[in-house]
Amino acid sequence: MKEKPDVLQGTLALMVLKTLDVLGPQHGYGIARRIEQISGDLLAVNQGTVYPLLLKLEHEGSIASQWGASENNRRARFYRITAAGRKQLRTETSDWEQTAQIIERFFNVRAEDLP
Amino acid sequence: MKFLRRFFIRLSNFATGHRADQRLREEIAEHLAFQTDENLRAGMSPAEARRQAVLKLGAAEAIREDHHAEQSISFFENLFFDLRYAVRMLLRSPGFSLIVIATMALGVGATTAIYSVIDATLLHPLPYPHPSELVRIEDDLPGVGAQDVSVSVPEWKDLENSGIFQYVALDGFGSSNLTGSAQPTRIAVKVVTPNYFAMLGVGAQLGRTFDPGDNTPGFNLEAVISDGLWKRAFGADPHILGKTVRMDNDAYQVVGVMPPGFRDQGKTSEERNAEVWAAAGFAAVPFDPPLRNSRLGTAFARLKPGLPVASAQARIDALVASLKKQYPADYPAQAAWNIRLIPLAETLVGNVRQSLILLFGAVGLVLLISCVNVANLLLARASARGREMAVRQALGAARTRLIRQLLTESLLLFVLGGFTGFSVLFCTRKFLLQFVPESLPHLNDISISWGVLAFAIVVSVAAGTIFGLAPAWLTSRLDLTTTLRQEGRGSSGSRQRSRLRHALVIGELALSLVLMIAAGLLLRSFWDLFKVQPGFNPSRVMAIETWLPIPNDPKTDIYSTAAQEAVMLREVLRRNRTLPGVEETAVGDLAALPLGHDENDLNMFPLIREGHDVESSQPPLIDASIVSPEYFHLLGMTLLRGRLFVDQDLENTPSIAVINQAAARMYWPGKDGKGEDPVGKRVRLSASKPDWTTIVGVIADARTESLADAAIPQVYLDIYQRHAKDLAFFLRGHVDPATIAAQVRAQVQAVDPNLPVFHAETLNDILSSSLSVRRFSMEMVALFAGTALLLAGLGIYGTISYVVNEQRREMAIRLALGAQRGTILKMVLRRGLGLAAAGAGLGLAGALIVSHLMAGLLFGVSSIDLPTFAGVTLVLTTVALAASCIPALRAMRLDPITMLHSE
Repeated sequence: MKEKPDVLQGTLALMVLKTLDVLGPQHGYGIARRIEQISGDLLAVNQGTVYPLLLKLEHEGSIASQWGASENNRRARFYRITAAGRKQLRTETSDWEQTAQIIERFFNVRAEDLP
Repeated sequence: MKFLRRFFIRLSNFATGHRADQRLREEIAEHLAFQTDENLRAGMSPAEARRQAVLKLGAAEAIREDHHAEQSISFFENLFFDLRYAVRMLLRSPGFSLIVIATMALGVGATTAIYSVIDATLLHPLPYPHPSELVRIEDDLPGVGAQDVSVSVPEWKDLENSGIFQYVALDGFGSSNLTGSAQPTRIAVKVVTPNYFAMLGVGAQLGRTFDPGDNTPGFNLEAVISDGLWKRAFGADPHILGKTVRMDNDAYQVVGVMPPGFRDQGKTSEERNAEVWAAAGFAAVPFDPPLRNSRLGTAFARLKPGLPVASAQARIDALVASLKKQYPADYPAQAAWNIRLIPLAETLVGNVRQSLILLFGAVGLVLLISCVNVANLLLARASARGREMAVRQALGAARTRLIRQLLTESLLLFVLGGFTGFSVLFCTRKFLLQFVPESLPHLNDISISWGVLAFAIVVSVAAGTIFGLAPAWLTSRLDLTTTLRQEGRGSSGSRQRSRLRHALVIGELALSLVLMIAAGLLLRSFWDLFKVQPGFNPSRVMAIETWLPIPNDPKTDIYSTAAQEAVMLREVLRRNRTLPGVEETAVGDLAALPLGHDENDLNMFPLIREGHDVESSQPPLIDASIVSPEYFHLLGMTLLRGRLFVDQDLENTPSIAVINQAAARMYWPGKDGKGEDPVGKRVRLSASKPDWTTIVGVIADARTESLADAAIPQVYLDIYQRHAKDLAFFLRGHVDPATIAAQVRAQVQAVDPNLPVFHAETLNDILSSSLSVRRFSMEMVALFAGTALLLAGLGIYGTISYVVNEQRREMAIRLALGAQRGTILKMVLRRGLGLAAAGAGLGLAGALIVSHLMAGLLFGVSSIDLPTFAGVTLVLTTVALAASCIPALRAMRLDPITMLHSE
């Protein structure tokens, strides 16, 4: 069974954590929907892939979950970020920013800038 | 950390069977409901809203699988399923499973058995701390052809002060008469310098060992005893310390008891079984004065920590060079004195290493053949399961998944086989150990330990992986449509598969040919050795040992001269002659006991020929035996020239000697190389004593040192002129081996009640036990070769049966069209013969290499002995033909009508 490329998976996890951090406890659909909205519908990810990822994050201790009632009174499973998850989010965010900065510099480089 | 946490949650889910399927199902249902609601709000029709929601979610089955994989550990889960399935498959064809397991049990069991011997002898030979620091120091005089000539006390001091070693100890092996208990006994004694135990790094279980700083020049009259002697002779007396033991009439005080597991080091099993250690400085009475040329002990040393042997050797070489310059008189250039450091571990296993490696090689081949056989069986079964594999693949099973499952099946079979082999070995270990010759070092340490179990498991798993992989690979490689379309007819097997099967059988035949040729050559060597004319007549001769005490103070020795000893010897011989059945008697020292002595019993005398070596202080060394006049006649050794000893030769008459032909040839080659008559020539047999010995006779060569060595120069001296302390009485006649020891003991002790009498053995027994290691390796290799032949026969039988089965339709058609049955028979036999010929050709090439490598183990037979090679090839071909005959006959008797109807 082929694993999905790491970058994508890592990125998706970061998005899930950030969403939960900003918006507080969410159910699976909510998370998938928010990611779609924030990314401006650019990410054509199958919404279902979020569920195995949620389980993995839960196993890792970054998020926790429990059953609850949704806004329209449906039974739904709500996920919330834990302290460990926040820590992970912070480190991964800074890692990500650093990578982005480096890439940025490479994109902006011109031949005459180099000695 | 996160990874671990995740792993443990999954592991516990796997172990507890916890499933989250229900949760996922509910979550997905909710998800779809939310999405559908939203789609409805966007104005879609209910059906369309639902459809879009499902599409957006993605493939539900894939999500569920991902989710499930995350939930638990699929590797273990699949392994568990595979194992369950494998067990079911195994039970479904019990015959097949039994054969595979039995074959592997044979291969792994035999390999493990030999490994346990190697583990005890080659891999863990030294039961001392930091064994790699221990070395044996050998002085050689290559200039005069002498090896390992012992170390003198001044040299020992030089080595101690060289800064290369932590400790250098001298060790002299001998034995003593232990008196005081009911019956005088002979015990193995090591005389060591006081730092000996400190060098080995072993302490006493009771009391202490010697004080390494003790500088007593002679014996310090303290004794350390072994645990075995303590229990046997002193009833494990807890107050043994401080008590006195009398050895060779000297009183020693027991200062320590070694722990039960302690075994001394040494080249021979007698040395390793030493029971008493006495400390001495080797520099005063009874030892010779400490001169550079009086070599009296073997040196052992512990290197400074971390110093490799090679660099220590380099520093020793420098030391030797400077000593040679300092003492040119003691180290003449022509002797080429040098010192070698040998890792102690290497010296202990010495000559059995080659035999053990041969055995391991042989058993490895058996294992390989078993594996090949099993691989062949697995392949055969693969064709029967072609349909099953095709159906599974058609249903979407990945090929890697199929290979994994097939591999699990074969691994299960191999491991079960290995485990069975190990269990059988474990249960029969006591029985099997009887067959191991006693001369093998560390026999008592051979055990079926955890290490051996680990070895068996590793071997089984490795074999299962290697030999299960190819069949699994080929089994899972199928052309789906053809296989499925063939319906119940069974697949005709792929071309690669049958090619691989043929290659395997050829390999098997080749390997067994190699083994059989090795066994054949060993058998012929052994037979030749057994049939060799030893040059003496061992039949009806009995040898019984006694030893005279050597007290530390020579003044108290009642047998200090040959004349004093002669009185006792003549009286014992006279009494022995009166024993019932005894026809002849003689006496000699242990070196005169043909094939029965070990290196420690040899007397190596310098041979200074008159007018020849007088100026040289490094004369050649020669083996000497000290015997009574009757010895030659009793053993049937023939006189070629001159005379033998007579009763008139006494201590006060001129000293005489008899030499053998080899000595005459080597030391009196004459000017023209034709040889000169040594009779009448005079020699000196001691560097320090000036008296001359006249050679009076030459006897024919006899293989008294080793059956494999034809001619080793020997000199014989008269025991009434030069006395010996280590004695063997020889009796020829019809005597009862069971009672003779007691009878001789009664006669000896009637003369001197303090003498021990022990080790009564017939010369024939001694002769055959001198071949024990050879016999052991020959028997084992022959056993392995037989096994290999059986397996190869089974292998070719299986392959030909399979070929016949595969082609039965074709044969039926041929028969129906009028082919002769004889032609069918020939067709099948030709196949078998082709395989046998290919196997034999390959095997002969391999055997040439192997026989060349084992040339050192052969005797009297060339490593390319034609009759052996031809005979073995013939046997193999016959077996291969016989094995293909059964399926060939079956093919011949095929009834075409029934056959064609049934298909």
